[in-house]
Amino acid sequence: MPRRAAPAMADLLLAAACFVLVMVALGLVRILRGPTVADRIMAAQLLGTGGIATLLLIGAATGMPAAVDVALALALLAAFASAALAYGTEGPDDPGATDRG
Amino acid sequence: MILDLFSLLAIAAGGFFFLAGTVGLLRFPDPLTRLHALTKADNLGLGLVVLGLLPRVDWPQGGLKLIVVWLLVLLTGATVGQLVARVAQRPGPRP
Repeated sequence: MPRRAAPAMADLLLAAACFVLVMVALGLVRILRGPTVADRIMAAQLLGTGGIATLLLIGAATGMPAAVDVALALALLAAFASAALAYGTEGPDDPGATDRG
Repeated sequence: MILDLFSLLAIAAGGFFFLAGTVGLLRFPDPLTRLHALTKADNLGLGLVVLGLLPRVDWPQGGLKLIVVWLLVLLTGATVGQLVARVAQRPGPRP
């Protein structure tokens, strides 16, 4: 369980959380521009990882132990989302699609 | 005090890797090089943030949970890296 940080330290941790969030949000431009499905999956994956880092930093800054649990759930969901996106783009014309399950 | 400094240094390094990952994702020319930039941000960026937070949580419950989060992301990064590389290498334009 994270302890509540000293005020100056908490501010720095929150600033780091904001920085990571802004970086990840800028990465979302790649979803807009594409051009391939792989690029969009990668931007979504970066959003998941950045969201986890942001949650961990916020949890440490405010002393909220639940934030780590939310980060754990987000890690799991990001894994399933990226895998589902990667498999969902495989059309029936892909010869290797069946033997990868 | 020393531990606070260590935390800040590690978290700043992690933030730098997220910056590098975003810049690489936006600026690199083709999907495989972008995948390279993304996996650095995934593994090292989050790893350094977790390393910086470790001295700030109770051991072992909080610390082990942080490490489990990081290990889960490592596993995800390795798996998704393979899947995305397969998607990226499929021939033909797929917008």
